[in-house]
Amino acid sequence: MDFSLTSEQLMLRDSASRYLEESYDFAQYHRSLAAEGHCDASVWQQFAEFGWLGIGVPEALGGLGGDAIDAVIVNEALGAALVVEPYLSGALLPARLLLQLRSADLQREWLEALVAGKQQMALAYAERDGRGDPGYCAVTARPAGDGYTLTGSKQCAFNAPNASHLIVSADRAPPAGQVSLFVVPVNAPGLTLESYPVMGGGVAANVRFDEVRVAPECEIEGGSDALEAGIDFAILADSAAALGAMEAVFRKTLDYVRTRKQFGAPLASYQVLQHRLAEMYLELEQSRSLILLAAMRTAAGTADERKLAVSSAKVYVGDASRLISQQAVQLHGGIGVTEELDVGHYFRRLTAYRLRHGDREFHLTRAMRYEPLN
Amino acid sequence: MNIDFTPDEEAFRAEVREWMRQNVPRSPEAPNFGIPNDYELNRAWERKLADKGWLAYSWPKAYGGPGWTVTQRYIFDAERALAGGPPISPFGVIMLGPVLMKFGSQAQKDRYLPAIRDAKEAWCQGFSEPQAGSDLAALKTRAERRGDRYVVNGQKIWTTHAHWADFIFCLVRTDADVPKQQGISFLMIDMRSPGIEIRPIRTIDGHHHLNEVFFTDVEVPIENLVGQEGQGWTIAKYLLVNERTGIAGVAESKRQLGMLRKVVAADPARASDPAIARRLAELRVQLLALEYTHLRVLDLAARGSPIGLEPSVLKIKGSELQQAISEAELEIGGLECLPWLTDVSGSIRTFKWAAERYNFLRASSIFGGSNEVQKNIMAKLLLAQH
Repeated sequence: MDFSLTSEQLMLRDSASRYLEESYDFAQYHRSLAAEGHCDASVWQQFAEFGWLGIGVPEALGGLGGDAIDAVIVNEALGAALVVEPYLSGALLPARLLLQLRSADLQREWLEALVAGKQQMALAYAERDGRGDPGYCAVTARPAGDGYTLTGSKQCAFNAPNASHLIVSADRAPPAGQVSLFVVPVNAPGLTLESYPVMGGGVAANVRFDEVRVAPECEIEGGSDALEAGIDFAILADSAAALGAMEAVFRKTLDYVRTRKQFGAPLASYQVLQHRLAEMYLELEQSRSLILLAAMRTAAGTADERKLAVSSAKVYVGDASRLISQQAVQLHGGIGVTEELDVGHYFRRLTAYRLRHGDREFHLTRAMRYEPLN
Repeated sequence: MNIDFTPDEEAFRAEVREWMRQNVPRSPEAPNFGIPNDYELNRAWERKLADKGWLAYSWPKAYGGPGWTVTQRYIFDAERALAGGPPISPFGVIMLGPVLMKFGSQAQKDRYLPAIRDAKEAWCQGFSEPQAGSDLAALKTRAERRGDRYVVNGQKIWTTHAHWADFIFCLVRTDADVPKQQGISFLMIDMRSPGIEIRPIRTIDGHHHLNEVFFTDVEVPIENLVGQEGQGWTIAKYLLVNERTGIAGVAESKRQLGMLRKVVAADPARASDPAIARRLAELRVQLLALEYTHLRVLDLAARGSPIGLEPSVLKIKGSELQQAISEAELEIGGLECLPWLTDVSGSIRTFKWAAERYNFLRASSIFGGSNEVQKNIMAKLLLAQH
């Protein structure tokens, strides 16, 4: 048992924090939101130069190597700085899924472009009637020639408007119930996007597939298991970003109650507020424990251990992010609900986190399914 | 970063598990809900552990402990609880032992530590007083120096197992003319001393663990002072960190929730209730978070990192979870939990003791520094940072 970071991981953490502190202030956040696809090209290029876009991609394939723990470290730092660039949805998650692409040539070509920051991709799996369950899949993949045609609709595919390609889950019916993953270019005939910005930053699209042709070498091996593992990884990294955001907004709240005076005394002198702060901290620390557990189970562990840990973390961090973001706004008072102050922006970011990748009920049920009675 | 146990640690786990399987007492009167209330059973259990060399399981070899790593201690505690082994009385092993190792004289170490380790002498803790609960430093019990003795007068309250104990360690006021924290000293007192009177306090769980202890002109040799006069508050803070970390009760919660899940799974009427499943799932998520927070704190302690907010986090979250699990037992058990301190045919063990456990565990957010006091401490530390 060892919860400490390696010297490389400590360096990664410190350099990420230092860069973001110096270069990603609230003004940069607004510049990024104003940029095409909520992604400032110069920031993205910087991420590529740091090698962050290649975390989890083996060095043999041009990546930085590393595992889920490295991904957690960078995402936590990005979350703390309120970064809007689609680090997870546009690069890290697609790259991870592409590691199981059938065609080695396309894999090399696409990973190179992703890691270099020249191209982004997106995963389209959620559907209106699935309510966060990746196993629900009404989009079909019907055999056509030596490939397939995709038909149906996906909802809220994060970063799809910035993507050159979408990774799409589709049911290879008949027989029904066999979910596969395919990579399709966004300009494929029959594919239409309805793009929109999302609360808290970033862009997404609802995607319509109308007999979109997909080549056999564009299939990702592993089907529903690969999809589930990919989404678990996304939940882990997203939770780490939420942890960074919770920590940052909590520190801002501590600073505020120390300086803001009412009735002739700092807010920090009132016990009812002191206890609120203690309660926020409790949830922050417990969240960190479950994220570390999920990171370790994702980096090394059985699929069942990973599912239990990730779903437990998702439930806990969802609750914690709600409490901490709501109380950060409450303790700031009126200024907390303004566009002017960053606290409200953290609030929206943390609220959006809770709505992605499966709701509380879904993950509670899932957590229970993957644990033996002992 | 990894959370895997080494092959050596797994072998250690197997050894502890096997020993527990053979040695944990099976008694209908051992409900395992935190504090045992069967004197004979408890003493026999601790003697058995002592014979094996495992009673003072957190102690280094230099003091006759097994010298286990933090991970080994964690495994031991988890296996003990999972096997249904009663908790080890914390007063000697967890509280006084480390205090004597850090602040005690060589003579005190030689005199008292072996007897704790070998289950020969039992201790209790004299901190709280009627007018010094959460405000512990307001304590009034006086110890006046007269020649080579202190003369102690005053009263302690909420003294767990005073009626079982051979000795009591007390916070006493040795100087009334300095700020209240500075006038406190840490004194060890023989419970057989003339002038000590114990009165039982019965609690809402239907049992007797708590007492009032009265001191009237009790003479205590000055060699029973631990550390210096006036150092009592410093020693108490050191002791309370150990106490709070220990009373998170993670191993107990794991056992109780595991048993509750088994009971529910085996009962078709309850197993098919989605509200019960959801409640168990929420408790499981809370337990997992607490378990890994606990491991993180143990990991910090093992590397000698400074400990600040962590004991309070464990104390608050640990007690809340113990209470939440016992409340779930009670409510899932329903009518089966109502027969009071008695046996009814066909009753399920978990539900038979659920009401006692629920009532008893109301104290867990009160003792060891109430959860509200913990939040005061946390806020003070949080607001002092930067």
